[in-house]
Amino acid sequence: MAAVLLLALACMAATLVHFAPAPAPQQAAAMSAEVLKAGVFSPAYAAPEFSLRGTDGSDVNLARYRGKVVLLTFGFTHCAAVCPTTLATLAQARNGLGTTADKVQVIYITVDPDRDDAGHMKAYLAAFDPTFLGATGSANKLAAVRKDYGVTAVREGAGPDYAMAHTSSIFLIDPAGRLRALMPFGHKPADFVHDVRYLLNS
Amino acid sequence: MRPSSWKRPLLAALSVVVLGTLGWAALAPIRVASHEAAFEIPRGTFAHRMHGEHVDIFPQTIRLTLGLNDVLVLRNGDSVPHLFGPAIIMPGQSFRLPFETASTYSFQCTAHPNGGLSVIVDPAPAPGWGRLQWRWYELTSAA
Repeated sequence: MAAVLLLALACMAATLVHFAPAPAPQQAAAMSAEVLKAGVFSPAYAAPEFSLRGTDGSDVNLARYRGKVVLLTFGFTHCAAVCPTTLATLAQARNGLGTTADKVQVIYITVDPDRDDAGHMKAYLAAFDPTFLGATGSANKLAAVRKDYGVTAVREGAGPDYAMAHTSSIFLIDPAGRLRALMPFGHKPADFVHDVRYLLNS
Repeated sequence: MRPSSWKRPLLAALSVVVLGTLGWAALAPIRVASHEAAFEIPRGTFAHRMHGEHVDIFPQTIRLTLGLNDVLVLRNGDSVPHLFGPAIIMPGQSFRLPFETASTYSFQCTAHPNGGLSVIVDPAPAPGWGRLQWRWYELTSAA
Protein backbone atom coordinates (compact mmCIF):
# COMPACT_ATOMS: atom_id res chain seq x y z
CA MET A 1 0.00 0.00 0.00
CA ALA A 2 2.73 2.45 1.04
CA ALA A 3 4.77 1.62 -2.04
CA VAL A 4 1.81 2.34 -4.31
CA LEU A 5 1.16 5.65 -2.60
CA LEU A 6 4.80 6.61 -2.91
CA LEU A 7 4.68 5.72 -6.59
CA ALA A 8 1.58 7.85 -7.00
CA LEU A 9 3.22 10.81 -5.29
CA ALA A 10 6.29 10.41 -7.47
CA CYS A 11 4.11 10.44 -10.58
CA MET A 12 2.36 13.57 -9.37
CA ALA A 13 5.66 15.32 -8.63
CA ALA A 14 6.95 14.43 -12.09
CA THR A 15 3.81 15.89 -13.65
CA LEU A 16 4.15 19.11 -11.72
CA VAL A 17 7.80 19.49 -12.63
CA HIS A 18 7.05 18.82 -16.29
CA PHE A 19 4.31 21.44 -16.55
CA ALA A 20 5.93 24.14 -14.45
CA PRO A 21 9.11 25.09 -16.29
CA ALA A 22 10.94 27.92 -14.60
CA PRO A 23 12.82 30.38 -16.79
CA ALA A 24 16.49 29.53 -17.16
CA PRO A 25 18.66 31.65 -14.84
CA GLN A 26 20.32 33.55 -17.71
CA GLN A 27 16.98 34.23 -19.35
CA ALA A 28 15.46 35.42 -16.08
CA ALA A 29 18.38 37.77 -15.54
CA ALA A 30 18.04 39.18 -19.04
CA MET A 31 14.31 39.71 -18.57
CA SER A 32 14.74 41.64 -15.34
CA ALA A 33 17.59 43.69 -16.81
CA GLU A 34 15.57 45.05 -19.70
CA VAL A 35 12.29 45.64 -17.91
CA LEU A 36 10.96 49.16 -18.06
CA LYS A 37 7.39 50.15 -17.42
CA ALA A 38 7.46 52.26 -20.58
CA GLY A 39 7.72 51.07 -24.16
CA VAL A 40 11.41 50.69 -25.03
CA PHE A 41 13.26 51.49 -28.27
CA SER A 42 16.08 49.13 -29.13
CA PRO A 43 18.60 50.20 -30.19
CA ALA A 44 18.11 53.72 -28.87
CA TYR A 45 18.98 56.59 -31.18
CA ALA A 46 19.59 60.26 -30.44
CA ALA A 47 16.36 62.06 -29.59
CA PRO A 48 15.44 64.60 -32.29
CA GLU A 49 16.87 67.96 -31.26
CA PHE A 50 14.82 71.15 -31.21
CA SER A 51 15.25 74.79 -30.33
CA LEU A 52 12.22 76.52 -28.84
CA ARG A 53 11.43 79.46 -26.59
CA GLY A 54 11.36 78.44 -22.97
CA THR A 55 9.17 79.68 -20.16
CA ASP A 56 12.37 80.59 -18.30
CA GLY A 57 13.21 83.07 -21.04
CA SER A 58 15.96 80.97 -22.60
CA ASP A 59 16.24 78.79 -25.67
CA VAL A 60 15.13 75.27 -24.85
CA ASN A 61 17.01 72.41 -26.43
CA LEU A 62 17.91 68.91 -25.35
CA ALA A 63 21.66 69.48 -25.36
CA ARG A 64 21.19 71.66 -22.27
CA TYR A 65 20.09 68.64 -20.29
CA ARG A 66 22.83 66.11 -20.94
CA GLY A 67 23.37 64.25 -17.70
CA LYS A 68 19.68 64.41 -16.82
CA VAL A 69 16.68 62.34 -17.78
CA VAL A 70 14.27 64.46 -19.81
CA LEU A 71 10.57 63.67 -19.63
CA LEU A 72 9.16 65.26 -22.76
CA THR A 73 5.45 65.75 -23.22
CA PHE A 74 3.17 67.70 -25.56
CA GLY A 75 -0.06 69.48 -24.64
CA PHE A 76 -1.88 72.77 -24.16
CA THR A 77 -2.80 74.71 -21.07
CA HIS A 78 -6.55 74.73 -21.81
CA CYS A 79 -6.57 70.93 -21.83
CA ALA A 80 -9.36 69.70 -19.58
CA ALA A 81 -8.16 66.26 -18.54
CA VAL A 82 -5.12 64.70 -20.15
CA CYS A 83 -2.54 67.46 -19.51
CA PRO A 84 -3.51 68.12 -15.86
CA THR A 85 -3.39 64.39 -15.19
CA THR A 86 -0.02 63.98 -16.89
CA LEU A 87 1.55 66.98 -15.20
CA ALA A 88 0.21 66.01 -11.78
CA THR A 89 1.58 62.50 -12.31
CA LEU A 90 4.99 63.86 -13.29
CA ALA A 91 5.02 66.20 -10.29
CA GLN A 92 4.28 63.26 -7.97
CA ALA A 93 6.95 61.21 -9.69
CA ARG A 94 9.49 63.97 -9.18
CA ASN A 95 8.58 64.11 -5.50
CA GLY A 96 8.95 60.35 -5.33
CA LEU A 97 12.49 60.57 -6.65
CA GLY A 98 13.66 62.40 -3.53
CA THR A 99 17.21 63.63 -3.76
CA THR A 100 17.58 62.50 -7.38
CA ALA A 101 14.72 64.73 -8.52
CA ASP A 102 17.21 67.33 -9.71
CA LYS A 103 18.43 64.76 -12.24
CA VAL A 104 15.11 64.99 -14.07
CA GLN A 105 13.79 67.76 -16.31
CA VAL A 106 10.19 67.87 -17.47
CA ILE A 107 9.70 69.73 -20.74
CA TYR A 108 6.16 70.55 -21.85
CA ILE A 109 5.88 71.60 -25.49
CA THR A 110 2.68 73.36 -26.43
CA VAL A 111 0.56 72.24 -29.35
CA ASP A 112 -1.48 75.48 -29.09
CA PRO A 113 0.88 78.44 -29.63
CA ASP A 114 -2.01 80.83 -30.28
CA ARG A 115 -3.10 80.68 -26.65
CA ASP A 116 0.01 79.39 -24.89
CA ASP A 117 2.54 82.17 -24.63
CA ALA A 118 5.58 81.70 -22.40
CA GLY A 119 4.18 83.74 -19.50
CA HIS A 120 0.88 81.92 -19.42
CA MET A 121 2.58 78.52 -19.62
CA LYS A 122 4.98 79.42 -16.83
CA ALA A 123 2.13 80.26 -14.44
CA TYR A 124 0.23 77.14 -15.48
CA LEU A 125 3.19 74.79 -14.99
CA ALA A 126 4.18 76.35 -11.67
CA ALA A 127 0.90 75.10 -10.22
CA PHE A 128 2.21 71.56 -10.72
CA ASP A 129 5.95 71.99 -10.19
CA PRO A 130 7.97 75.19 -10.56
CA THR A 131 10.86 73.25 -12.15
CA PHE A 132 8.74 72.18 -15.12
CA LEU A 133 9.82 73.96 -18.26
CA GLY A 134 7.39 75.00 -20.97
CA ALA A 135 8.42 75.46 -24.59
CA THR A 136 6.72 77.31 -27.40
CA GLY A 137 7.56 78.74 -30.80
CA SER A 138 6.08 79.45 -34.18
CA ALA A 139 3.37 77.13 -35.45
CA ASN A 140 5.72 75.82 -38.14
CA LYS A 141 8.54 75.18 -35.72
CA LEU A 142 6.25 73.32 -33.31
CA ALA A 143 4.79 71.28 -36.15
CA ALA A 144 8.30 70.22 -37.18
CA VAL A 145 9.07 69.06 -33.63
CA ARG A 146 5.83 67.10 -33.51
CA LYS A 147 6.65 65.44 -36.81
CA ASP A 148 10.09 64.39 -35.54
CA TYR A 149 8.49 62.68 -32.55
CA GLY A 150 5.47 61.24 -34.36
CA VAL A 151 3.15 63.41 -32.29
CA THR A 152 -0.25 64.46 -33.59
CA ALA A 153 -2.32 67.51 -32.65
CA VAL A 154 -5.68 68.27 -34.21
CA ARG A 155 -7.86 71.28 -33.45
CA GLU A 156 -11.39 70.40 -32.35
CA GLY A 157 -14.10 73.08 -32.39
CA ALA A 158 -14.26 76.43 -34.11
CA GLY A 159 -14.99 78.91 -31.32
CA PRO A 160 -12.57 80.51 -28.86
CA ASP A 161 -12.97 77.54 -26.51
CA TYR A 162 -11.61 75.06 -29.02
CA ALA A 163 -9.69 72.00 -27.84
CA MET A 164 -6.69 70.15 -29.23
CA ALA A 165 -6.74 66.38 -29.59
CA HIS A 166 -3.11 65.46 -29.09
CA THR A 167 -0.73 62.61 -28.40
CA SER A 168 -0.68 61.94 -24.68
CA SER A 169 2.41 59.77 -24.30
CA ILE A 170 5.54 60.93 -22.51
CA PHE A 171 8.97 60.48 -24.11
CA LEU A 172 11.85 59.38 -21.89
CA ILE A 173 15.24 60.71 -22.97
CA ASP A 174 18.29 59.37 -21.15
CA PRO A 175 21.24 61.39 -19.79
CA ALA A 176 23.14 60.80 -23.05
CA GLY A 177 20.33 62.38 -25.06
CA ARG A 178 18.96 59.16 -26.52
CA LEU A 179 15.27 58.54 -26.95
CA ARG A 180 15.02 55.40 -24.83
CA ALA A 181 11.33 54.90 -24.15
CA LEU A 182 7.78 56.14 -24.41
CA MET A 183 5.32 55.97 -21.54
CA PRO A 184 1.68 55.70 -22.63
CA PHE A 185 -0.85 57.92 -20.86
CA GLY A 186 -2.32 56.52 -17.66
CA HIS A 187 0.74 55.18 -15.88
CA LYS A 188 1.24 55.84 -12.19
CA PRO A 189 3.94 58.09 -10.69
CA ALA A 190 5.71 54.99 -9.34
CA ASP A 191 6.22 53.75 -12.90
CA PHE A 192 8.02 56.98 -13.82
CA VAL A 193 10.11 56.77 -10.64
CA HIS A 194 11.07 53.21 -11.56
CA ASP A 195 12.03 54.05 -15.12
CA VAL A 196 13.85 57.29 -14.32
CA ARG A 197 15.97 55.50 -11.74
CA TYR A 198 16.69 52.79 -14.29
CA LEU A 199 17.78 55.33 -16.90
CA LEU A 200 19.95 57.21 -14.42
CA ASN A 201 21.69 54.02 -13.34
CA SER A 202 21.99 52.22 -16.67
CA MET B 1 -18.98 -5.95 -7.46
CA ARG B 2 -16.33 -5.05 -4.87
CA PRO B 3 -12.82 -4.34 -6.08
CA SER B 4 -10.26 -6.87 -5.03
CA SER B 5 -7.87 -6.02 -2.20
CA TRP B 6 -4.96 -4.99 -4.46
CA LYS B 7 -7.11 -2.72 -6.60
CA ARG B 8 -8.31 -0.59 -3.73
CA PRO B 9 -4.95 1.07 -2.92
CA LEU B 10 -4.27 1.49 -6.62
CA LEU B 11 -7.54 3.34 -7.09
CA ALA B 12 -6.79 5.44 -4.04
CA ALA B 13 -3.37 6.28 -5.40
CA LEU B 14 -4.75 7.19 -8.81
CA SER B 15 -7.33 9.40 -7.16
CA VAL B 16 -4.58 11.20 -5.26
CA VAL B 17 -2.65 11.71 -8.50
CA VAL B 18 -5.64 12.98 -10.46
CA LEU B 19 -6.98 15.26 -7.74
CA GLY B 20 -3.52 16.55 -6.90
CA THR B 21 -2.74 17.32 -10.52
CA LEU B 22 -6.09 19.00 -11.06
CA GLY B 23 -5.65 21.02 -7.88
CA TRP B 24 -2.20 22.13 -8.92
CA ALA B 25 -3.33 22.93 -12.46
CA ALA B 26 -6.19 25.05 -11.13
CA LEU B 27 -4.29 26.92 -8.45
CA ALA B 28 -0.57 27.07 -9.17
CA PRO B 29 0.69 30.36 -10.65
CA ILE B 30 1.48 30.23 -14.34
CA ARG B 31 5.10 30.80 -15.22
CA VAL B 32 6.30 31.32 -18.77
CA ALA B 33 9.82 31.67 -20.14
CA SER B 34 9.05 34.81 -22.17
CA HIS B 35 6.24 37.35 -22.03
CA GLU B 36 6.94 38.68 -25.50
CA ALA B 37 4.68 38.51 -28.53
CA ALA B 38 6.99 39.52 -31.36
CA PHE B 39 6.07 40.74 -34.83
CA GLU B 40 8.24 42.01 -37.65
CA ILE B 41 7.44 44.59 -40.30
CA PRO B 42 9.15 43.06 -43.33
CA ARG B 43 11.35 44.89 -45.79
CA GLY B 44 9.37 46.40 -48.64
CA THR B 45 6.16 46.95 -46.65
CA PHE B 46 6.08 50.69 -47.30
CA ALA B 47 6.92 50.28 -50.98
CA HIS B 48 4.14 47.73 -51.43
CA ARG B 49 1.65 50.07 -49.78
CA MET B 50 2.76 52.97 -51.98
CA HIS B 51 2.08 50.79 -55.04
CA GLY B 52 -1.42 50.17 -53.77
CA GLU B 53 -0.73 46.52 -53.05
CA HIS B 54 -2.42 44.73 -50.19
CA VAL B 55 -0.04 44.24 -47.30
CA ASP B 56 -0.98 41.56 -44.83
CA ILE B 57 2.02 41.22 -42.54
CA PHE B 58 0.47 40.53 -39.18
CA PRO B 59 -3.05 40.45 -37.76
CA GLN B 60 -5.21 43.54 -37.69
CA THR B 61 -5.97 42.62 -34.09
CA ILE B 62 -3.36 41.24 -31.73
CA ARG B 63 -4.59 39.44 -28.65
CA LEU B 64 -2.43 39.35 -25.52
CA THR B 65 -2.95 37.99 -22.02
CA LEU B 66 -1.65 39.57 -18.85
CA GLY B 67 0.95 37.47 -17.08
CA LEU B 68 1.49 35.25 -20.13
CA ASN B 69 2.29 37.22 -23.26
CA ASP B 70 1.78 40.82 -22.23
CA VAL B 71 4.72 42.47 -23.98
CA LEU B 72 4.27 43.47 -27.60
CA VAL B 73 7.49 43.66 -29.60
CA LEU B 74 7.45 45.25 -33.04
CA ARG B 75 10.62 45.10 -35.11
CA ASN B 76 10.95 47.28 -38.15
CA GLY B 77 12.71 45.27 -40.84
CA ASP B 78 11.65 47.77 -43.52
CA SER B 79 13.94 50.39 -45.02
CA VAL B 80 11.82 53.36 -43.86
CA PRO B 81 10.55 54.44 -40.42
CA HIS B 82 7.14 53.18 -39.34
CA LEU B 83 4.73 54.78 -36.92
CA PHE B 84 3.13 52.67 -34.20
CA GLY B 85 0.92 54.79 -32.01
CA PRO B 86 3.07 57.78 -31.08
CA ALA B 87 6.28 55.78 -31.53
CA ILE B 88 8.40 56.16 -34.63
CA ILE B 89 10.24 52.88 -35.10
CA MET B 90 13.35 53.41 -37.20
CA PRO B 91 14.62 50.81 -39.70
CA GLY B 92 16.26 47.98 -37.79
CA GLN B 93 14.81 49.20 -34.51
CA SER B 94 12.45 47.37 -32.16
CA PHE B 95 9.80 48.82 -29.90
CA ARG B 96 8.96 46.76 -26.84
CA LEU B 97 5.71 47.77 -25.17
CA PRO B 98 4.58 46.07 -21.94
CA PHE B 99 0.91 46.08 -20.92
CA GLU B 100 -0.27 45.98 -17.32
CA THR B 101 -3.98 46.69 -17.71
CA ALA B 102 -6.53 44.51 -19.47
CA SER B 103 -8.28 46.61 -22.10
CA THR B 104 -8.60 47.19 -25.84
CA TYR B 105 -5.99 49.54 -27.26
CA SER B 106 -6.12 51.18 -30.67
CA PHE B 107 -2.92 52.33 -32.31
CA GLN B 108 -2.11 54.15 -35.48
CA CYS B 109 0.17 51.83 -37.47
CA THR B 110 1.62 52.70 -40.85
CA ALA B 111 2.45 49.06 -41.54
CA HIS B 112 -1.22 48.18 -41.84
CA PRO B 113 -3.35 48.79 -44.93
CA ASN B 114 -5.93 50.87 -43.07
CA GLY B 115 -3.35 52.55 -40.87
CA GLY B 116 -4.54 51.09 -37.57
CA LEU B 117 -3.91 48.19 -35.22
CA SER B 118 -5.95 46.95 -32.26
CA VAL B 119 -4.40 45.23 -29.29
CA ILE B 120 -6.77 43.38 -26.99
CA VAL B 121 -5.24 42.59 -23.62
CA ASP B 122 -7.14 39.93 -21.68
CA PRO B 123 -6.88 39.49 -17.91
CA ALA B 124 -4.55 36.81 -16.57
CA PRO B 125 -6.21 33.40 -16.17
CA ALA B 126 -7.84 33.43 -12.75
CA PRO B 127 -7.03 30.74 -10.17
CA GLY B 128 -9.45 27.86 -10.61
CA TRP B 129 -11.27 27.27 -13.83
CA GLY B 130 -9.32 29.89 -15.80
CA ARG B 131 -5.90 28.39 -15.07
CA LEU B 132 -7.24 24.88 -15.58
CA GLN B 133 -8.60 25.83 -18.99
CA TRP B 134 -5.34 27.52 -19.95
CA ARG B 135 -3.24 24.49 -18.95
CA TRP B 136 -5.57 22.14 -20.75
CA TYR B 137 -5.31 24.25 -23.89
CA GLU B 138 -1.50 24.28 -23.63
CA LEU B 139 -1.41 20.54 -23.08
CA THR B 140 -3.66 19.75 -26.03
CA SER B 141 -1.84 22.23 -28.27
CA ALA B 142 1.50 20.65 -27.42
CA ALA B 143 0.08 17.21 -28.06
